[in-house]
Amino acid sequence: MRNPQLNANGELIHLLTLDGLPADVIRRILDTAHPFVSIAEREVKKVPLLRGRSVFNLFFETSTRTRTTFEIAAKRLSADVINLNIATSSTTKGETLLDTVDNLVAMNADMFVVRHAQSGAPHLIAQHLNRTGRSHVHVVNAGDGRHAHPTQGLLDLFTIRHYKRDFRQLTVAIVGDVLHSRVARSLIHGLTTMGTPEIRVVGPQTLLPTAVEAMGVHVCHDMRAGLKGCDVVVMLRLQSERMKGALLPSAGEFFKHYGLTAEKLAAAKPDAIVMHPGPLNRGVEIDSPVADGAHSVILPQVTFGIAVRMAVMSIVAGN
Amino acid sequence: MLPDAEQVLAGLVERMRGAVAHDARFVGIHSGGAWVAERLAAAIPGDHPVGYVDVSFYRDDYGTKGLKPEIKRTELPFAVEGATIVLVDDVLYTGRSVRAAINELFDFGRPDRIELAVLVDRGGRELPIEPTYAGARLAVARDLSVVLSRGDDGRLRLATEPVENPDA
Repeated sequence: MRNPQLNANGELIHLLTLDGLPADVIRRILDTAHPFVSIAEREVKKVPLLRGRSVFNLFFETSTRTRTTFEIAAKRLSADVINLNIATSSTTKGETLLDTVDNLVAMNADMFVVRHAQSGAPHLIAQHLNRTGRSHVHVVNAGDGRHAHPTQGLLDLFTIRHYKRDFRQLTVAIVGDVLHSRVARSLIHGLTTMGTPEIRVVGPQTLLPTAVEAMGVHVCHDMRAGLKGCDVVVMLRLQSERMKGALLPSAGEFFKHYGLTAEKLAAAKPDAIVMHPGPLNRGVEIDSPVADGAHSVILPQVTFGIAVRMAVMSIVAGN
Repeated sequence: MLPDAEQVLAGLVERMRGAVAHDARFVGIHSGGAWVAERLAAAIPGDHPVGYVDVSFYRDDYGTKGLKPEIKRTELPFAVEGATIVLVDDVLYTGRSVRAAINELFDFGRPDRIELAVLVDRGGRELPIEPTYAGARLAVARDLSVVLSRGDDGRLRLATEPVENPDA
């Protein structure tokens, strides 16, 4: 079966996952994002590429930052953006996901930006559209379950390339709740495809997926050993519901062992960058002086995220 | 047979010398127009800062052709508002790139005046756009495209390449 995110010519028509996405497609997205960064600095922060197209934000799971950055990206491409508040929509009246999609296509939707708590929901929509001869309607995955968050993975790659240039020279540590993190999965796939030689996942056994080594990463339970000699430190958000479960003794205990402090960061290279997908839990996975310090590129990540989403939308909508 | 690009450029410089405002900003359309803009700005007396536009985000064929790879950054290191701008391209054909470039310039401000300088005008316009200055006017078959290249020594060269589908 063909990868549903590529058409017969190998061109990107949907973005569902970075797993299996060829390096030249990833490189093309990162290269295209580069000129989009400067559009935000203009007096008119808009280009007319998607003028007249309708982008539907379908968020079945709440999100503020991701939805907002997708909305800004679509608007800077001059698209019309429709945000569907799913909590008060027909899904609560019993309508199936694909019926919702078909109705929106009947309203001439050109693109869906989909976030769903179920892994595979965007994939299901894309396959449904391809199978019914409507592959001119595009799907961008904005996060599905524990599976993937490809635009976050791409903006992380863009940020890393911006500061560190060559993926093939780098040591990257991903720290914290890898188990529940679609951000970590997408980044690991992306870094592996781009040839990053050393990727480490750092965290307690209870928050690392079993057999995570099969993704080509090294496992570390000790933070200082995990950060030693790193060029890039990616901190993951510890979701509050995990702190209440049986996976962790307490947030304080987690911070003591895996919270990023200046003292632990000293094990990394002197010019290491610190990344975080947000929202931050200060004092849980990251100490405020580090989050606001000279190594932190957390806010540039947000800015780059808009450019990367503009690149993804304008590439898929043009294919 | 195509003329020598360096000779055409020299003729274009002669035509523009004295006619172009001494504080005109030169804006080259990537990539060929950028090379010509740099050469013109250096050869024509006056103070001529150079900017660059990549019109990919303003093209009217995005709906049929999608986005081309390797898009360059638009860089205008001066205020467009109130400026005299000489837009520069290597080959003027349908006029669509120039239309896109003018639209893009207006997203940076309202220029006082925009002039158009092209190395080669090959006719075939599909929009009401005419160059203010042209180095040469050529008749070229529709199934050929005229391509400017720049050697390692900086010398410009004109060549033709076959177009797969001239109606696409």
